Amino acid sequence: MITANTNRAPALAVEGLCVEFRTRSGIVRALDNVSFSAGKGETVALVGESGSGKSVTAYAVMGILDPAGRVTAGRAVLGGLDLLSAKPSQLAEVRGRDIAMIFQNPRTALNPIRPVGKQIADVLIRHGNVPRREAPAQAVEMLRAVGITDPARRAKAYPFEMSGGMCQRVMIAIALAAKPSVLIADEPTTGLDVTTQAVIMDLVNDLAAKMGMATIFITHDLALAGQRAARIVVMHAGHVVENAPTTELFSYPRHPYTGELIAATPDSAASLDELASIPGTLPDLRRADLPPCRYSERCPRKTDACSQPLPLAPPGATHFVACWNPLPAPTLGAPVLVASAENVA
Amino acid sequence: MTALLDVAEFSKLFPVTGTSSSWQRLRQRFQGGPEKLSKVHAVDNVSFVIEKGETVGLVGESGCGKSTLVRALTRLIDASDGSVKLGDRELTLTPAHEFARDPDRARIQMVFQDAGESVNPRFTAFDAIADPLRRLRHLKGKALRERVESVAGQCGLPLQLLTRFPHQLSGGQRARVGIARAIAVEPDLLVLDEPTAALDVSVQVVILQLLQRLKKEFGMSYLFVSHDLSVVKLLCDRVLVMYLGKIVEAGPAVEVFEHPLHPYTQALVAAVPRLHEDGAERLRLTGEPRSPIDPDPHVCRFYGRCPRGIHDCTAAMPDLRRFGARQVACHFAEEFLPPAPAKA
Repeated sequence: MITANTNRAPALAVEGLCVEFRTRSGIVRALDNVSFSAGKGETVALVGESGSGKSVTAYAVMGILDPAGRVTAGRAVLGGLDLLSAKPSQLAEVRGRDIAMIFQNPRTALNPIRPVGKQIADVLIRHGNVPRREAPAQAVEMLRAVGITDPARRAKAYPFEMSGGMCQRVMIAIALAAKPSVLIADEPTTGLDVTTQAVIMDLVNDLAAKMGMATIFITHDLALAGQRAARIVVMHAGHVVENAPTTELFSYPRHPYTGELIAATPDSAASLDELASIPGTLPDLRRADLPPCRYSERCPRKTDACSQPLPLAPPGATHFVACWNPLPAPTLGAPVLVASAENVA
Repeated sequence: MTALLDVAEFSKLFPVTGTSSSWQRLRQRFQGGPEKLSKVHAVDNVSFVIEKGETVGLVGESGCGKSTLVRALTRLIDASDGSVKLGDRELTLTPAHEFARDPDRARIQMVFQDAGESVNPRFTAFDAIADPLRRLRHLKGKALRERVESVAGQCGLPLQLLTRFPHQLSGGQRARVGIARAIAVEPDLLVLDEPTAALDVSVQVVILQLLQRLKKEFGMSYLFVSHDLSVVKLLCDRVLVMYLGKIVEAGPAVEVFEHPLHPYTQALVAAVPRLHEDGAERLRLTGEPRSPIDPDPHVCRFYGRCPRGIHDCTAAMPDLRRFGARQVACHFAEEFLPPAPAKA
């Protein structure tokens, strides 16, 4: 397991990111004051249900938001450069070389009418300082590195000729071709079988560790995040509600939403009746009267304090919770496990 | 217990087209000689029983034949070989296109994977649920309305949502419409093809609990297809594990997942991420599955990816052997049997 970030400068630091989408029916405040960071060689997971803003965060950082989306505040610092205020020409140099992304559906993200070897060679030539003549051979080596058997033959294949797992390996090869310092993996194994998922995640983890890459791993699967990341950032309706080291988060979730999310994960229960659902739905992010805590309308622990602006993360805190009435912190020596009656209620 | 559905030596093969060009096929026809068509062995000699009131899970990776098996059992496609008996009725004798008007059609119903895709987008929720009642029960007017409303109520679908179209409903509400449509005609067997795959965990819990409650209320049997082993473990009494068209392991769900006997099941269980990692060794599958096109009948389907695979595995296909309540198709099953010996 990769150890948590120490005092080094983070490879990627996102600070106070706010994103809005202008739609016909009003402005959607998709992200509000999202902050987190990932150190060199560290894997950080962004976890949340659909609509929580995980992918929007990744897209905003990569500068590939939908034209209707707009970053209204915040910074995303990568090696001294703020990606959010960088010029398109600067971004084009950084993307692919210093920060790369693995997309959710490899089959639609790859170019369907170009052999996969050439797609890898394109990145090598553009970002990897590889001479045009040597690129095809290096592309084959990349395919070998991501565990594709018979890479010389496979390099000539088109995406439709490969299985989902193979396509995802090609995506990883493209993302890692220029040895970036930050990798964003947006649900890299959704739609793959569990056996393939395990192999692909091993591959991402191993290569990230070998290259000392920071990985932002986006998933809706809390158990998978726990297995793969040293730190978990839980998102709900565009807010970061909790940010903590993995073991701490699972043993002592502090935010009520985190507690309920853990209690709803099938793996946590011995029978169906023990699983708890989360009451209510995400608030409509177009509303003008959104409460400061976007979870407060679903929250069983709501108090009067919840109408004030959310608490800010104190500098240097390792466990941040955006809540005025969090679940109790552990008392020393009492190894309380998840899904207690309290956070199910 | 009485068997509700008895599947025996069931196979489904698909001919492979396009392996040779039409010009080559034409030349072959003129030059004579038998035209040999390759076949995909999607489901190969599968036998199992679903008892009344039982929930059977069907797991396996994509391409293993789960969906083909399910579509054949629900009589949407015809079988190539074997028998499927619903009670005393042999279903394979009726072609799929005639079965749509058969009185027994109502006894097997299906909940499809993505309710957003499988409900007619131009039908309101009411019409979607009413459709099978109109066709199979010939209900009309007030009786139809009452039945639809009572089923919607049982599935926790608020009545004011019945006038909405699928795109106006949330994922969980759509899943409820899909379930209500399937149980409206009171089937004996409900086939669920990954009903919660598209849902968030918080919604998934509610739908799973709904399914469990409906089963108790109506005494239905479930065939639950899923790739999520933790869900199968919670919901199912028994589980069938499929690999490349064959059942490789079957048995009580808890036993299979706690002491998997087949190497494939072991890899499957090891691959499931857990909230609290117990430090179990990571068993990983390498390589790709073998081709399902004209497979060698003497080679174990799992050979090549199997961590155990030895020469014997290419000499004889392991049969599905019985160990107490469990069945395994592996030459080495004995080695993994739990210490308390199961009665053979």
